[in-house]
Amino acid sequence: MKTLLQSIGFATRYNAWNALSGLSRYVRFIGLILANSGDSLRRPRLTVTQVHVSGNRSLAIIGVSGLFVGFVLSLQLYTLLARYGSAELAGLAVNLALVRELGPVVTALLFAGRAGTALTAEIGLMKAGDQLTAMSMMGVNPVRRIMTPRFWGGFIAMPLLAAVFSVMGLIGAWIIVVVLVGADSGGFWSQMQANVDWWHDIGQGLLKSVVFGSVVTSIALFIGYESEPTPEGVANATTKTVVISSLAVLALDFILTAFMFSTSK
Amino acid sequence: MPLDSFVLSSQPTHANNSAAIAATGVHFTYPGTRRSILNGIDLLCPRGKLTAIMGGSGCGKTTLLRLAGGLYLPSQGQLQVLGQDIAQVKGDALLALRKRMGFLFQFGALFTDLTVFENVAFPLREHTELPDAVIADVVHMKLHAVGLRGAAQLLPSQISGGMARRVALARAVALDPELILYDEPFAGLDPVSLGITAQLIRRLNDALGATSIIVSHDVAETFAIADHVVMLSQGKVLAEGTPAQLRANPNAELQQFLLGQADGPVKFHMAAPDYAQQLGVVA
Repeated sequence: MKTLLQSIGFATRYNAWNALSGLSRYVRFIGLILANSGDSLRRPRLTVTQVHVSGNRSLAIIGVSGLFVGFVLSLQLYTLLARYGSAELAGLAVNLALVRELGPVVTALLFAGRAGTALTAEIGLMKAGDQLTAMSMMGVNPVRRIMTPRFWGGFIAMPLLAAVFSVMGLIGAWIIVVVLVGADSGGFWSQMQANVDWWHDIGQGLLKSVVFGSVVTSIALFIGYESEPTPEGVANATTKTVVISSLAVLALDFILTAFMFSTSK
Repeated sequence: MPLDSFVLSSQPTHANNSAAIAATGVHFTYPGTRRSILNGIDLLCPRGKLTAIMGGSGCGKTTLLRLAGGLYLPSQGQLQVLGQDIAQVKGDALLALRKRMGFLFQFGALFTDLTVFENVAFPLREHTELPDAVIADVVHMKLHAVGLRGAAQLLPSQISGGMARRVALARAVALDPELILYDEPFAGLDPVSLGITAQLIRRLNDALGATSIIVSHDVAETFAIADHVVMLSQGKVLAEGTPAQLRANPNAELQQFLLGQADGPVKFHMAAPDYAQQLGVVA
């Protein structure tokens, strides 16, 4: 019994130490990216390319997901609200749910699965193929040339994708509520116009998507950079990226939402 | 094919009598391990010459090359590279020192998302303000020197391993470096590519007036082009001199390596339990 408890204690200490050490390396990595951002901003083409790679290539999955989430959400909410004679509020309810929560969160989760894993695999394979070392041997800082443009690419792409997700969700809701169910189109849009606030709803959603974009991209880059330069190492790293960034997004969503509610009173 | 026309500077500029690399009592152990890879290496690689570092697998050749590139730091001792103590050069100063070097990786380490042309243009775009037209001319000159001007628009995945090595060589010399480090440049090449690569290394070294350090196992090709050979064994210098001096050296371990003999001071089999007993054929 004592041995079992000792083993659990040792394992807990070991894992806690690993987690803390990983966190400190991650913070240092973010610091390196920020410190090297000047060069990336002076060469905007590098960042624009990464906005295309992370953003454009995720457009299809984000757009289609947004549409289907809009379909489902409007069906659920319309049925519920119609029971209480408030069916005209379905559009508003879908809008608020999308703009405040589902847009940033679901986009971030999809972004982690699509762009995040691609980034981790790319960096991991560059490391395994000695490409990062080769760059360093040419007198080029890989953090400055490779990591920083990718970080800012994700930082810019993520809010744009969240906006696309929300817009597609609203189109999906409009198709269900107005086109299929036959609710009044004017009421659908006017409720939104009257009740959606630029800062409290759209602004906070935008802030969340910026935070999630930075976190998912930096985690993906960090895990790729630290991956073992072997096929198993890269495979494990991509899995780790999805797990850690998804959990980070959900945890941060709770923290940001709590903070935003507390400041809006 | 004269290579002088492919060199950016018209005259060799790096020739002087001091050593390009000078190691004094260099020890090295990989972080987190106990096995010492280098055990007090003392060597000088003269400027303008082609020095070969040879030895069996695991003797520390590639580690020594990576130390010279500043990828690792010596655990003990001093390593001077192009007149600077590599352990004292950090950050942007290390990157600046590396601009004066070219490094050929064992498998080329080409950027897989860039064409052959863009791979060779990469250091020029990063370190110079040359207009695109001039960069294109320089890249075509370098690719012509390695015989691959016709592959300029191909991706690394569309060329063979030997061709990738030659493209990597063109990229390594794109900035006319003072010091070129080659990690196993002949490994896995067919006889034709091997001969071409060896001659290319020799001619590029002479045309650039650079210092070349080659890590290799290939005795025949390396001895044919090297000015100076350093033989390592168990992290120490076993012998050094010209190829002729090494061939005449009676050291048994050196001769075993040069002649490729299975038996000698270096055993083929790693220490293990008795073979027959392990197979269960002996009671």
